[in-house]
Amino acid sequence: MEVFFFRLAFLLYLVATVGFFIYFYTLKPEALRGARGVLACGWLLHTGALLAGLKILKAPPVANFHGATSFLAWAVVGAYFLLSWRGPKVYTLGTFLSPLILLLMIAAWKAPEALWPLPPILQSFWFPVHALISLASYAFFLIAAVAAVMYLLQERELKRKHLGGLFRRLPPLESLDRLNEKCLKYGFPLLTLGIVTGALWAEKAWGRFWSWDPKETWSLILWLIYAALLHERLIVGWRGRRAAYMALLGFLVWIVSFWVINLWMPGLHSYGRWS
Amino acid sequence: MVDGPEREKILLVGLNHRTAPVEVRERFALEKRGEHPLARLKAHLPEVEEAYYLSTCNRVEYLLVTPERERTLSGLKDFLARETGLARPHFEPHLYVFEDLEAVRHLFRVACGLDSLVLGEPQILGQVKEAYREAAGRFRSTGPILNRLLHRTFSVAKRVRTETGIGSYAVSVSYAAVELAKKIFGSLRGKVILLVGAGEMAELAAQHLLSAGAARLLVANRTLSRAIELAERYGGEALSLAELSEGLLSADIVISSTGAPGFVITPDLVRPLLRARKHRPLFLMDIAVPRDVDPGLNELENVYVFDIDDLKQVVEENLARRKKEALRAERLIEEEVLKFERWLKELAVYPTIKALREKAEEIRRRELARTLPRLQNLSEEEREALEVMTEAIVQKLLHAPILYLKAGYHRLGREAIGTVRRVFDLDGELEEAFRREDRRLEGAPEWSPWEKERKDSERPR
Repeated sequence: MEVFFFRLAFLLYLVATVGFFIYFYTLKPEALRGARGVLACGWLLHTGALLAGLKILKAPPVANFHGATSFLAWAVVGAYFLLSWRGPKVYTLGTFLSPLILLLMIAAWKAPEALWPLPPILQSFWFPVHALISLASYAFFLIAAVAAVMYLLQERELKRKHLGGLFRRLPPLESLDRLNEKCLKYGFPLLTLGIVTGALWAEKAWGRFWSWDPKETWSLILWLIYAALLHERLIVGWRGRRAAYMALLGFLVWIVSFWVINLWMPGLHSYGRWS
Repeated sequence: MVDGPEREKILLVGLNHRTAPVEVRERFALEKRGEHPLARLKAHLPEVEEAYYLSTCNRVEYLLVTPERERTLSGLKDFLARETGLARPHFEPHLYVFEDLEAVRHLFRVACGLDSLVLGEPQILGQVKEAYREAAGRFRSTGPILNRLLHRTFSVAKRVRTETGIGSYAVSVSYAAVELAKKIFGSLRGKVILLVGAGEMAELAAQHLLSAGAARLLVANRTLSRAIELAERYGGEALSLAELSEGLLSADIVISSTGAPGFVITPDLVRPLLRARKHRPLFLMDIAVPRDVDPGLNELENVYVFDIDDLKQVVEENLARRKKEALRAERLIEEEVLKFERWLKELAVYPTIKALREKAEEIRRRELARTLPRLQNLSEEEREALEVMTEAIVQKLLHAPILYLKAGYHRLGREAIGTVRRVFDLDGELEEAFRREDRRLEGAPEWSPWEKERKDSERPR
């Protein structure tokens, strides 16, 4: 059931991506409505897949790479809807975001789908709390990075006075900057909470809060980057290009922390191993 | 009249910025020089059934529905000569006359801004709506054809606006400024504009930005009195040029148009302000020649500089895009003209359908009235059943000829109407001919006394 729902969700995300590209080309509101509708249906099916995994494991199915990536894609779509509802109006965001959602889904699909339970020592109340909160924070940072790319593209159009199709289709700089900031304001507290709950979980499992394993170290770097960005934004008034570059730097560090370390570096976060 | 009633012609007579010089156009703007022309038109052209009058600074147009084309056209020209005080040879060469579908097409194009001086400008639609409101509301000079045509015009214009990008590219420097500002700031609400120098074009751009939502206007000028005068007009604040950096500190949009020989706003002036401004974006429009704003400022983060050439380039690119969109709009208009043509044709068919139904209904009632008294002991229910049955027979019999009329008209033109009118003798000509023939055979007088009596009794009292 989990696999069936997951694949259906993937299919709908694919259709939604096509819809978002049609919207980007035509700028017809019906195309956007259609793409969002299909994306929402895909998200519901995706929720079904996660619930099916939850039912089998009696725990959130995020203990392996397939589950974690699948949940991350789900959280990105959820965050997209939350930001579309509460955040600044960035109508073409879906066009830039949906290919990334598809990539995450493909990565999850390619990873072994078998759901396995955690080793007994790691089974704890803190596991779902830590994993879900951390993954949710990543979802917001991923959207922040997409907003940053859109900002840089639009800024380049304006600076070069090249006011063609891309200029017309990309939203105002201010909206993109506000979206970036909003993602940071949602993502940073979640990341902080994710790290704290991870430390509590580590203490319960291994008797120590922090062990400087590669994942922990990179998470700390990630936290420091976003903390610095938030500080500069709120205190100095950083915005625009500088904030966009910083968000992209955070995204690169996240790639190292989530993909490189989980997949190829030995450490305590062995859940992420490909096989 | 075997071909049915004569159809009215739609006639559009007017002149615009392309066909007539301004001195002729202003003479034609009659509503500005006294009474509205629709108030007097009916008395001069009694045969006109419907009328509408549009007057803008670039065009004056009369849209008329009349069964007599030549008489109306000549009468209208006389009317115009009298009202404008211009002799016919002085304005006739400037007039254009469109008929029927040509008139419909022209009206659609006008409402969509395709015939405007600035291609695709949106104001004209409002003016067409206002002209229709005047005609339909104040002068009650419109009827079924113009009502339908004008409503169709509004929906065509709406369709063209939504389905093509004709109106979405700013084609004046001031509007380009608003468009660019919106792409930087999103909304202009709460934004502060700083005018450096007080040229006319700068003022116009500021006006557009204010009407697009900007909150406040600061004016910095070498002559403080001029700055004060301008600031007062817009409820703003005046500064001297020495206070420019204060102005730059609070401004979001700067429009510069001084006559200074060198750069007035330089990176050295702006750079120290950036941190104090909390890196808020700064949009500088330099419309002065020679330039006021050092182009090097564009390199600074969150600072965007557009000089007059950049702005003109935006305008030209946008105009080229509008022209491309205009082609798509023309295609849509052709489609809509065809739709209207279909409606017009159905309109021509309608009186025949009505006559056919009336005749059938009359026969049905007459026959029923003759039959029912003979059928005694009929219950109410049985009477009702007979009514329903006869109605059904009539409807079913008429179904095919009506379909033939509606569909056949498009293929066979007025011939279909003629055939149906003849076959069903809707004009009573056959009946009359037969009656004459019968009388001739019986040797009865052409006008029998009993028939005279009947005709007298039918005469309205």
